[in-house]
Amino acid sequence: MSAPHRTAEEIGRTAAGPRPVPSLGTQRAAADLSHVDTTLSNGLRVLAVRKATVPLVELRVWIPFAGEDALHPATAEVLAETLLTGTARRDRIEIDADLALIGGDLGSGVDPERLSISGTSLAEGLPTMLDVLADALTGASYADAEVARERERLIERIAVSRTQPRTIAREALQKHRYGNHPAVREVPQAEDVAVVTPEQVRALHQASVLPRGSVLVLVGDIDPQTVIGDLEKALGGWASDRSAVRLPALPDLTGGNVLLVPRAGAVQSQIRLSAQTVSRTDPRYAALQLANLAYGGYFSSRLVENIREDKGYTYSAHSGFEFTDQTAVVNVDADTATDATAAALLETRYELARLGLVPPTADEVESVRQYAIGSLVTAASSQAGLAAQLAALAATGLGAEWLAEHPARLAAVTAEDVANAALEFFAPKRFTGVVVGDADVLAPKLKALGDVTVGEPA
Amino acid sequence: MADPELVRFTLDNGLRVVLAPDATAPVVGVSVHYDVGFRSEPEGRTGFAHLFEHLMFQGSESLEKLAHFRYVQSSGGSFNGSTHPDYTDYFEVLPAAALERALFLEADRMRAPKLTQENLANQIDVVKEEIRLNVLNRPYGGFPWITLPPVLYSTFPNAHNGYGGFEDLEQATLDDCAAFFDTYYSPANAVLTVAGDFTVEEARELIEKHFGDVPHRPAPERPSFAEPAPEGELRGEQNDPHAPLPAIGIGYRMPDPINDLDGYLANLVLAGVLTDGDGSRLQQRMVHREPLVVDIGAGAGLFGPFEARDPDTFTITAIHPPDVSTEQVLAALDEELEKLAATPPEDQELKKVTARWAASLHSEHDKLVSRTLALGSFELLYGDASLVYRLAEKMSAVTGEAVSAAAKALRPDSRAVLVVRPGSGSVESEQEGTEQ
Repeated sequence: MSAPHRTAEEIGRTAAGPRPVPSLGTQRAAADLSHVDTTLSNGLRVLAVRKATVPLVELRVWIPFAGEDALHPATAEVLAETLLTGTARRDRIEIDADLALIGGDLGSGVDPERLSISGTSLAEGLPTMLDVLADALTGASYADAEVARERERLIERIAVSRTQPRTIAREALQKHRYGNHPAVREVPQAEDVAVVTPEQVRALHQASVLPRGSVLVLVGDIDPQTVIGDLEKALGGWASDRSAVRLPALPDLTGGNVLLVPRAGAVQSQIRLSAQTVSRTDPRYAALQLANLAYGGYFSSRLVENIREDKGYTYSAHSGFEFTDQTAVVNVDADTATDATAAALLETRYELARLGLVPPTADEVESVRQYAIGSLVTAASSQAGLAAQLAALAATGLGAEWLAEHPARLAAVTAEDVANAALEFFAPKRFTGVVVGDADVLAPKLKALGDVTVGEPA
Repeated sequence: MADPELVRFTLDNGLRVVLAPDATAPVVGVSVHYDVGFRSEPEGRTGFAHLFEHLMFQGSESLEKLAHFRYVQSSGGSFNGSTHPDYTDYFEVLPAAALERALFLEADRMRAPKLTQENLANQIDVVKEEIRLNVLNRPYGGFPWITLPPVLYSTFPNAHNGYGGFEDLEQATLDDCAAFFDTYYSPANAVLTVAGDFTVEEARELIEKHFGDVPHRPAPERPSFAEPAPEGELRGEQNDPHAPLPAIGIGYRMPDPINDLDGYLANLVLAGVLTDGDGSRLQQRMVHREPLVVDIGAGAGLFGPFEARDPDTFTITAIHPPDVSTEQVLAALDEELEKLAATPPEDQELKKVTARWAASLHSEHDKLVSRTLALGSFELLYGDASLVYRLAEKMSAVTGEAVSAAAKALRPDSRAVLVVRPGSGSVESEQEGTEQ
């Protein structure tokens, strides 16, 4: 790079000098969406929205899927992996071929709270996608060979997953904050998966893959009115008097020490803090959402500007909500080099305290308000984005109206509301959490910071 | 579906512009693609193109450090940038009312970015954390995009680590930054794309107003990165202290993505026939029937298709249990490729792949950010943004014979095989800064 060129200083200025930043134009509101929000005769709630931007349709199904049994996480995981591997009418390859020919895909996954199925296809292929879905929901066969094979793959994948720093940190955080609650069992134990039988998977399907209390979201190039009839027809055979199984309520977090979890020789540490907040239905939620954005919820937040852009401690620092059934917590995440970890935790706590004591200025509040409103509009502008938003809302009993009304709620929040939410919910004392990293190096400094203990989570 | 309206023109300073109006939602996407990626980095400056991408966010003549982020986000928008082998892109998606602001922000840093020692030092730290997060502290970090090219390629541009070594990053100077900017970041070496809710007249006027007086500098002459295909099978090994299972990465050279698009598309369809879905050939045989691997995937390009000029890489990656050998995986793969080379796939098998491609292209275009970036990168690499809208059709025109020919070209004696050996789970041997 030795060719003749200007200096950095010459590059950074022009004869005309700095220019004023243009002001914003007038924003047009998003068009109203034609939608239907109803419950089928089998108890399944359906949200169907017409959004014909491309000739596709997006499908999401959320089935509450909790279980207390010690083998539940392993059985549920095997079920999710084999749900779409064969029915009385189609084997695994026929399912894949039928979906492929309509440009489609169906996939399923499970967590301690729910079984989720996601699908997409060309809009003209929706009848086929619904037929395959209904086929699996009512007649998944869990053939011995498929269960055996998926069990093996799952064990191998669990091994890969448990070497990911983010999985290690997540498990440590879950155990540290929720102890033995079923919610902590996100990745099953390999030895549990190894003993799951096809009979157990079939029994779990019978007991728990249920329409009542579940939600199906369809977004795309569809007619929401007529699609309800199609769904009623396609899913009519999926019925039960019982309701899908909801996770027992999580205990409220009350704050406490940060646990330093040793990971010998790690070059980077995971900082994971967490505190109780309130869910979307609480009148304080909009103000709380803005307080969170100002803290660490977007790039221009206090936390990111401090520990990334000012100090270079991290590539990624972030705070955000985690919703579980009717409750919500706020989580703060940062991955930092071992040498910078203690200082990063200090700054992270400092910014928590400062948010309450030196609350967001009018400019900060305006910035997060516009960001919150703008992100809603952007996310809702694609079929997949809208389907994801609606599925998340539906899980809390909300729907498209909430989405349409939320910009007005955000617009009504005052700086004082944000200050109150900041002081109430972001006080450092309300947080607990973990740091996973090289304890030999980290322990002396973290202990000196205070409110840190060292050890494995209970 | 008819092609959406597309307007293309060039400003006097050489900046190419693509406009794609679409009023279905009140949002706009703005991107700038510069025709420089990590293949253009000088020796001894690995990772520089990406480091420079970070610096372009750190202020310009009219915008203090942090102001770029704040203006985008306080307008309700989001932003990012990314570095590829042959280009670097910058983009924002915002409510339509912020269009002029977004254009201003991009123009200001194209005209006069503020490159300072302090920001350089800070962003070197941030990039090192990014590399720790994505490569050093993670199983299979950088596999295969960082680790396979040095086995398959022999010249520095094609073979080196695009994320960069810590020593190279630490030695980057402000003068390197100035030289890089003056060489590669001229308007004549860039494409501006605007997609979404605006009128063509309005956008044209605003673009002229904000970009019109960015002084012209000639675009640099683009070197060829061509190098001969391997004349035998090349082998490499890598120890991954975090990985719990062995992995294998196989790299083949593929047809020139730009000058032999049909050949390139045949490779994309081939990748689908091999590994797309449970019914695909390698999934069926190697995951379900035999089974030899935990997961297997095939694809064009190290991050995906259509993001590089020639030479580009066809990759196959697999994670497998310890009791399966590399040779077993390769033997099954070669056998399936030979079958395809001998007997072209039936139409039905092709249709499964191309229907899924058509749907995934629609889905990508439905997301404004992806559509904006695709239009920009196709204009830059192919000189034709509208190709984006014809890809699905071109894919469906690929014949079984073409896929067969593509399979025949993936020869064992002209490929690279990278074997990843899993570590014991301990990370104590890891040395910071010597990531390979």
